[in-house]
Amino acid sequence: MKQLGRLLPLTAIILLLAGCGEVNLTALDPQGPIAEMQLSLIKLSLYIMIIVIVIVFAIFAFVLWRFRDKPGDKHIPKQVEGNHTLEIIWTTVPIILLLIIAIPNVMDTFTLANVDAEENSITVKVTGHQFWWEFEYPDHDVVAGQDMYIPTNTKVIVHLEASDVMHSFWVPALAGKQDNVPGITNEMWIKAVNPGVYKGKCTELCGEGHWLMDFKVVAVEPDVFEAWAQNMAQPAKDPVTAQAEAGRDVFQASCIGCHAVGGVGGNPAVGGPDLTNFGERTVIAGFLEFNEENLEKWLRYPETTKPGNKMPGFNHLNDEDMKALIEYMKGLKVLD
Amino acid sequence: MSNSQAYSKSVLWDWLTTVDHKKIGIMYLVAGAFFFVLGGLEAMLIRIQLMFPESNFVSAQAFNELITMHGTTMIFLAAMPLLFGFMNFIVPLQIGARDVAFPFLNSLGFWLFLSGGILLNLSWFFGGAPDAGWTAYVPLSSAAYASTGLDYYVLGLQISGAGTLIGGINFLVTIITMRAPGMTMMKMPLFTWSTFVASALILFAFPALTVGLFLLMFERLFGANYFIVEAGGNVVIWQHLFWIFGHPEVYILVLPAFGIFSEVLSTFSKKRLFGYSAMVFATLIIGFLGFMVWAHHMFTVGMGPVANAIFAVATMAIAVPTGIKIFNWLLTLWGGRISFTTANMFALGFIPSFVLGGVTGVMLATSAANYQFHDTYFVVAHFHYVIIGGVVFGLFSGTFYWWPKIFGTMLNETLGKWFFWLFFIGFHLTFFVQHFLGLMGMPRRVASYLDGQGLNDLNFISTIGAFFMAVAFIILLANIFVSRNNKAVSDPWDGRTLEWATSTPVKEYNFAQTPVVREIDALWYEKMKGNKKLPVAEPLGEIHMPNGSILPLIMSIGLFIASFGFIYHTYVVSIIGLGITLGCMIIRSVKEDHGYHIPVDQIEPDKEVV
Repeated sequence: MKQLGRLLPLTAIILLLAGCGEVNLTALDPQGPIAEMQLSLIKLSLYIMIIVIVIVFAIFAFVLWRFRDKPGDKHIPKQVEGNHTLEIIWTTVPIILLLIIAIPNVMDTFTLANVDAEENSITVKVTGHQFWWEFEYPDHDVVAGQDMYIPTNTKVIVHLEASDVMHSFWVPALAGKQDNVPGITNEMWIKAVNPGVYKGKCTELCGEGHWLMDFKVVAVEPDVFEAWAQNMAQPAKDPVTAQAEAGRDVFQASCIGCHAVGGVGGNPAVGGPDLTNFGERTVIAGFLEFNEENLEKWLRYPETTKPGNKMPGFNHLNDEDMKALIEYMKGLKVLD
Repeated sequence: MSNSQAYSKSVLWDWLTTVDHKKIGIMYLVAGAFFFVLGGLEAMLIRIQLMFPESNFVSAQAFNELITMHGTTMIFLAAMPLLFGFMNFIVPLQIGARDVAFPFLNSLGFWLFLSGGILLNLSWFFGGAPDAGWTAYVPLSSAAYASTGLDYYVLGLQISGAGTLIGGINFLVTIITMRAPGMTMMKMPLFTWSTFVASALILFAFPALTVGLFLLMFERLFGANYFIVEAGGNVVIWQHLFWIFGHPEVYILVLPAFGIFSEVLSTFSKKRLFGYSAMVFATLIIGFLGFMVWAHHMFTVGMGPVANAIFAVATMAIAVPTGIKIFNWLLTLWGGRISFTTANMFALGFIPSFVLGGVTGVMLATSAANYQFHDTYFVVAHFHYVIIGGVVFGLFSGTFYWWPKIFGTMLNETLGKWFFWLFFIGFHLTFFVQHFLGLMGMPRRVASYLDGQGLNDLNFISTIGAFFMAVAFIILLANIFVSRNNKAVSDPWDGRTLEWATSTPVKEYNFAQTPVVREIDALWYEKMKGNKKLPVAEPLGEIHMPNGSILPLIMSIGLFIASFGFIYHTYVVSIIGLGITLGCMIIRSVKEDHGYHIPVDQIEPDKEVV
């Protein structure tokens, strides 16, 4: 009981730190059943480990204090060979403690690997590219870049693939990661309880732009998701202003070779995120706050903004064309 | 042949050709320390870069090179060689031997390690260092994505790894065949035991690395397609090969450190090791399990729940023998008379530090939760706790403990304590907070992190801690300098094992007469019996010693040259380089070399007085 009392300050630190970090990024503040399951496993193992730590540290501190060399003391300590009873105790007790962790862990491992479809579940194919993410919805015939829209309270079965090197798909608030391995399709599932934007990151070193290979999982109500998916599958709507109209011409001349909009354009061999719903993103290129200034910076100098990425700079565009292009891109929306 | 030959050469020539295990040990220590400083500088650059969010102190490319070289350098070129230095110097002394089993190979092992290490680091100057992480996962390390730097990695580690393998085999044979009369396996000091088990791990683990590196080399240089998916290759094979080496490697490093702690804790508590046989069996079991759990590095790669569950439980099992060791150490201290020398403070500081690293190891072993931990700063925190809290503390403890025997001087204890406390505090400051950074969403190997994600403060604290460690290390260097004239006696710590029975500095033949071992802690046993010297197994007589040879150095240079040929696809150079090495091997095979004898009048009799 005394040891449990000692646990309190440590637990308090954990809870305190759980408040640290950005909501929707930290694994300490789960927003879905998987992350919750994982956090409870983390807590279980942590509590047992804290017990171990407390016991060892207590013996350690006692020994150091009690048996320290005192001035003038020159006695030769008794040379103790060992003690079988003690050795049996500190062999069996750890085995029991480990079993307490191992059993739920094995069960959870199988639960997390269960990617069987259930009613209403959807499948998303996630492909990692240097240094961006592609989300394909085979049931809806939709391809999206950077933002992964999912319906809330729905089992989302994720197929993970990679087009170049290894990547790893991690949305800490929703679920632990799985790797995107070239030549192999890995499977996992996620579920978000509440609508929200959950930050995701690539966690496998994939080159220069690795640290900026962020993405978002956007959880929306199922009916909103249906609307989103249907609109994504439609041809792009015409621009509403003259400037945006002009911007579309710039886009057709400069961007369509790599980036598709409304199912038109793009080139699988070259690659480039689908931009159909670009105007609804909260960030540009996975990490820049979405505003005109940043968009212009990105379009003119992508190579210095996100090192190692394959987009060529469009610094040769004149101001008028650039403004038009930005206007057009801001208008690429499917939800309103 | 004649004695004059051995004494007439210059000092430099003597060191370049030496086959004396003590000199080779010192060379390992010096070279290892050099690479430790290099790896430390790389670490400081990494932490300075991560001190503030979105920092541009170094570029993302340079950062990836820094992390790759920091990891590779610290593991292969600092930690292992430094341990090899202690093993080389101490193990033959601890078992009462005059030399190692294969002195020539011992020298070859050192020069191979050094030339591999230099080759690897030359990549900084020629075309960029390797940048795919120390694990060099394909396809990022394949020719399509990584430049010349990876060729330096592949070839440098092969040469260096060959040296390590040779060293490991040498220790195995030495320990099996050259123990003094009476020293049964179950009377060996723990450092010798752990060297033995670590060497066995080297014997089985390094071939896996060599195979992996060979496949990668053939893919990169000659267009083989083991790892190229489009050609039917499989990228996960690399990970298996790497970790079949890489996981035991952790134990190759930490078991000898455990050995050092066992010696130090028992010496400075004036007690024999508690549960000696349990310690030996725990070491063996850790060594065995170390091989069975490699795939816990790959829980997220898609092996499926069955494999993940098995490897998870197997990994947790390692906590049991490790726990046995921890409690045995605590009980060694129990009832003793503990003196707080710097060597012992590092050994004592190891216990809480390593327990913290160990418990996070069990947490990481929970496969389902590992999906959150994997490849985040939680992992970075964990393995630094294990490797610094275990291995580096062991190296520092061994440095202060054996310095008098190896270099004949006593390190300053006051500076030693400053060094310990700064390093200890800095270490925990740097790495404790990283557990939380990982769970808060910070992946490892990121060149920076975005502002406003709540990661700023802890990263700042972490960097401050790193500066503490850097300052501490400078104090160690200052200590070595100021202590250079502080002569040591042959047994300054009231030691228990045979190395303390030799004179300081140790004569080239170690023991004038081979000692007889009657108990565990042979020297302590004789002291307690009131004997002034160890019983001896032979009358004073001529001692047969091996001749030095320049061939190991030339063979290593040959492979070094050949590597440049491969890296720059100039195969003529490769053939010349390999020819040099092969030629040396032929010379070594056909030239008779019987060594020389030290006559009785040159052996000062009865030197091994307690």
